Amino acid sequence: MAKDMSYEGVMSRRSDIIKASAGIDFSVFERGGAAFDYEAMMESTGYTLDKVREVQSNASVGNTPIIELRNLTGLARIYAPAGNGARIFIKDEAANPSGSFKDRRAATAVYHAKRAGYKGVIAATSGNFGAAVASRAAACGLKCIIVQECYDSRKSGQPEIIEKARKCEAYGAEVVQTTVGPELFYLSLRLLEETGYFSASLYSPFGVAGIETLGFELAEQFRARIGRGPDVVVCTNAGGGNLTGTARGLEKAACKAQIVGASVNLVGLHMASDIGFNKKSFTTGHTGFGIPFATWPDRSDVPRSAARPLRYMDRYVSVAQGDVFYMTELLANLEGLERGPAGNTSLAAAFALAQELPMDAVIVAQETEYTGAGKHVSPQLSFARRNGINVAFGNPEGEVPGQSIILPETPDKLKVREIDLSKLRLSLISHAKEMAAKPLEDDDAAFLALETRTDLDFVRNALKS
Amino acid sequence: MIEKGSWVSIRRTLLEPASRTGRLPDETKETPFVMWVKGRLEEAAEIGAPVAVITRTGRRENGVLEAVNPQYQLDYGDFTEELLFIDDQARKILFGGDARG
Repeated sequence: MAKDMSYEGVMSRRSDIIKASAGIDFSVFERGGAAFDYEAMMESTGYTLDKVREVQSNASVGNTPIIELRNLTGLARIYAPAGNGARIFIKDEAANPSGSFKDRRAATAVYHAKRAGYKGVIAATSGNFGAAVASRAAACGLKCIIVQECYDSRKSGQPEIIEKARKCEAYGAEVVQTTVGPELFYLSLRLLEETGYFSASLYSPFGVAGIETLGFELAEQFRARIGRGPDVVVCTNAGGGNLTGTARGLEKAACKAQIVGASVNLVGLHMASDIGFNKKSFTTGHTGFGIPFATWPDRSDVPRSAARPLRYMDRYVSVAQGDVFYMTELLANLEGLERGPAGNTSLAAAFALAQELPMDAVIVAQETEYTGAGKHVSPQLSFARRNGINVAFGNPEGEVPGQSIILPETPDKLKVREIDLSKLRLSLISHAKEMAAKPLEDDDAAFLALETRTDLDFVRNALKS
Repeated sequence: MIEKGSWVSIRRTLLEPASRTGRLPDETKETPFVMWVKGRLEEAAEIGAPVAVITRTGRRENGVLEAVNPQYQLDYGDFTEELLFIDDQARKILFGGDARG
């Protein structure tokens, strides 16, 4: 009998497909209602930090330079209160083989797929992760399918995503593109079932373990350069893996840096909207992923996500689209570094945050990404204008996602907006309660305290209300 | 007529509007969920005809023939005056009057 390929039919086989393709039986980590053993899941892959470093080193992934941005620091100091204006650094992750930190995630996942005997890998992503998986698959002699949400119903596609398709195809991958919608997951499951390939999920322990090296390197590199770790590490936050992995790596290096998440503000735009899809200029690193994935990490394509940013985040801020484009232009013109806009989300935030810190403090934006046709300030602003977005100078505070992009009229207008972490924590607890298979017990409360970086009192109060 | 073996792009509707997941905004619910993929054409056909292709991974996929030798439609966009303003202003603030870095 032919298999039922309807949406419901494929989704009903979801757990079997994931089990076969993820290389992990997630059910063994479950501990009752809401709780599961996160650390056991992370360790179950067998990829210790040293092993990941070895795998990445063999693939020429990682060990990217840290670069001090002296002119941007100088500019920030003009607007900072007297005595303030921390030294701003970036970690130049664009130096990785496929041009972003995503090579770290892909290196472990694809290495594992090869070792476990899979013939190919599949990843569902419109972003740099696709290029990274395709690049690693090419080097490992594995087949590769990248599934991309790319077009609206008129087949108009984001220039940044079209560029990513080109890059994946350049590495020999098959690129399957779709219109807007969460059914991307349904299509991925269909392809995994059909091919028997490995699921290189962004959210698997393989992927997130791959980023721990980034945090570890930061601690090592700053100790070698300035004699101590950085004071503040700013991580662009979308699905949470970047922040989670970096923070875990810093922790493993016993570095106590403050961890700040930064997302592009797209509040008000529905991520599954056929109309809204091309009204935004950032396809990732934005609040449309950042907030839902922080408050319910297990909404991803694996039953238990390894990316759990609220466990590690000390502070969460947003910046406007106009702030990030502006910062991308400043980085090119004041530092001679032309990099992709999306990767500069954390740098835009770092520029504003540096002004709150003393001059001897060190703040680092932990990534950059490659740039090129389509994935660049001018085509992205041109695309926005063609889609009816008003691009103007002014105060980015007044930017309305889907309607305007406001570039700061002067550098002092680039500010961060606080995202209330308490609210996100309460939201995570309420999701966990809703999704739990049975009434919550003491173990669950302890788990939720870890999940939210709070304590038992906070969780118990939240559960009562 | 597009020759057999040509590198082409095909389009296939995977889910008609009525078969899509329920959790969608209205404007998306009204549209089908469509997929595009590239491959080598199995038999000669006209644009718009139902065809089969063999993809880069060797899979056989069906769909409607949409384009032959598909190009990447990518560029650096229109001239963007704002970028010159940002550059000039920042250099002036940081390096003074007529410095150009």
